[in-house]
Amino acid sequence: MALEVMVRTRATIPLDLAFRVEPGELLALVGHSGSGKTTVLRTIAGLWRPALARVQVNGSTWLDTAAGVEQPTHRRRVGVVFQNYALFPHLTAAQNVASAIDHLRGPRRRIEAERLLELVSLQGLGQRKPAQLSGGEQQRVAVARALARRPEALLLDEPFSAVDRKTRDKLYAEIIALRAHLAMPAVLVTHDMNEAQLLADRMVVIDAGRMVAEGSTGAVMSNPDALRAMGIREAAAMLPAIIDRHEPDGMTRLTTSAGNLWLPTVDAAPGARLRVRIMAHEVMLARARPEGLSAQNILPARIIDLQPGDGPAVLIRLALGEDEILARVTHRAVASLNLQAGDEIHAVLKSMSIARDHVTAG
Amino acid sequence: MDWTALWLSLRLAAWTVIFLLPVAVFAGRFLAYRKFRGKGVAEALVMLPLVLPPTVFGFYLLLAFGADSPLGQFWTATFGQPLVFSFQGLLLASIIFNLPFAIQPTQRGFEAVPIDVREAAACCGMSPWRSLWQVELPLAWPGLLTAMVLTFAHTLGEFGIVLMVGGSIPGETKTIAIAIYDRVQGFDDQGAATMSAVLVAISLFTITVTYWLSARVGRRLS
Repeated sequence: MALEVMVRTRATIPLDLAFRVEPGELLALVGHSGSGKTTVLRTIAGLWRPALARVQVNGSTWLDTAAGVEQPTHRRRVGVVFQNYALFPHLTAAQNVASAIDHLRGPRRRIEAERLLELVSLQGLGQRKPAQLSGGEQQRVAVARALARRPEALLLDEPFSAVDRKTRDKLYAEIIALRAHLAMPAVLVTHDMNEAQLLADRMVVIDAGRMVAEGSTGAVMSNPDALRAMGIREAAAMLPAIIDRHEPDGMTRLTTSAGNLWLPTVDAAPGARLRVRIMAHEVMLARARPEGLSAQNILPARIIDLQPGDGPAVLIRLALGEDEILARVTHRAVASLNLQAGDEIHAVLKSMSIARDHVTAG
Repeated sequence: MDWTALWLSLRLAAWTVIFLLPVAVFAGRFLAYRKFRGKGVAEALVMLPLVLPPTVFGFYLLLAFGADSPLGQFWTATFGQPLVFSFQGLLLASIIFNLPFAIQPTQRGFEAVPIDVREAAACCGMSPWRSLWQVELPLAWPGLLTAMVLTFAHTLGEFGIVLMVGGSIPGETKTIAIAIYDRVQGFDDQGAATMSAVLVAISLFTITVTYWLSARVGRRLS
């Protein structure tokens, strides 16, 4: 059931990469605009044919230029969510979804379309035309339509870039919830590292058509090549946490494997599992537990390793209980504190340094 | 009032539209979506009947349909009657000189269908044929409608080419435009005036209906 992709071409845009996505796995193809990530997605869907490429899904070959095999797009069981959704403007939401259902006929098709709209929480809006729906609702129709074909591969092309921040946070949560129902391999194209880290299991970082890093999101986020391509300020780690309680002063107390974490109110019930994206440059390190500090979160940590970068900074991997986070400090700080692998230290984090959209359901 | 001529013109216009409809869909869609070498030349050729004097165009058609031409000989051998100065010949000429009126607006109509919407149709599992019926035509049809109305109205009004390849045989090739000309030549101003007024009314009616339909489609899509 896995999706295997290999693309090697010099025409129009140079591309050289190969990756594999397992069933139920979500792989993020991350890169700046113009890096070629969308072209890879179009190759999988059959909307673009590179000089040399192979796309195999579930054991069947969709494209193999060397062997002269090429299935047209409509014969590939793909579900695609386009950047601007590309809904059919003359059809209602329900008809948009139904248009992609080819395994059912008549009333059963209508019922299936309604079930899919319910899956993306759009019950009751099936009779609206796309123009009568908000951006977030249109995106959900596009997701429902992409799933309607029971695709063997789900492809998402920057699906969150056309909605405002607040809607995006809600859609992230819905995609995370929806993933529990999905068994096919999925590929998300995005330029947003936060988005990739929140949603994906694994990441492939593309720079100028070349694959510079590949692996689990955690591993890629501390990979120097990936950070060189995406910008070192993107370095961050996902810290699992559980909501403990909401305090009356507007703070929420979370439990992590290394101790308590206070954040500005998190919109979820106590007991809810979360993942918090901790930006490496927001983490301070202290040899001794600091006193009289405004920062609310001081957690014991152990240095796993130090990676000197190209500039004045060092990226430090920290074991925080059973989890890992990243800290980015200057060479000068490393020298003056004499930080070395294995050292027991304290990681300091301001509550206010964690952006609202960096907290997501886990 | 020459009802025979009016009926002939309406028949000619209707058949022209019927034959040009699939041609316009095929050629307009092809020109709208495909990039190929010589596309500019192809588009220029389609537009040629628009800029050539009708007499020049009619002259070439007359040569091509004549008894000495391969087409003329083939036609006579197959149907037992000459192509020139017949309703069939007139219809063929009408189809050719209406190509720009049929293809151009249709092409614009197809061009107005966003490319990602067409790609989405393929990604939804629609074959090119299903995509044409379920997505492209419903979105491109204002262009197609304009094309057909222009073709219809233009056929009613065409004079020069009809005179060149059709002559003026009553009931066969004498269209209303020719009949009006005849009346004027015969100093029957009253008859010419009546027929002209009828032609104006028909043209106005078709174009009004088109605009009304287009406006309705516009509201439906926005």
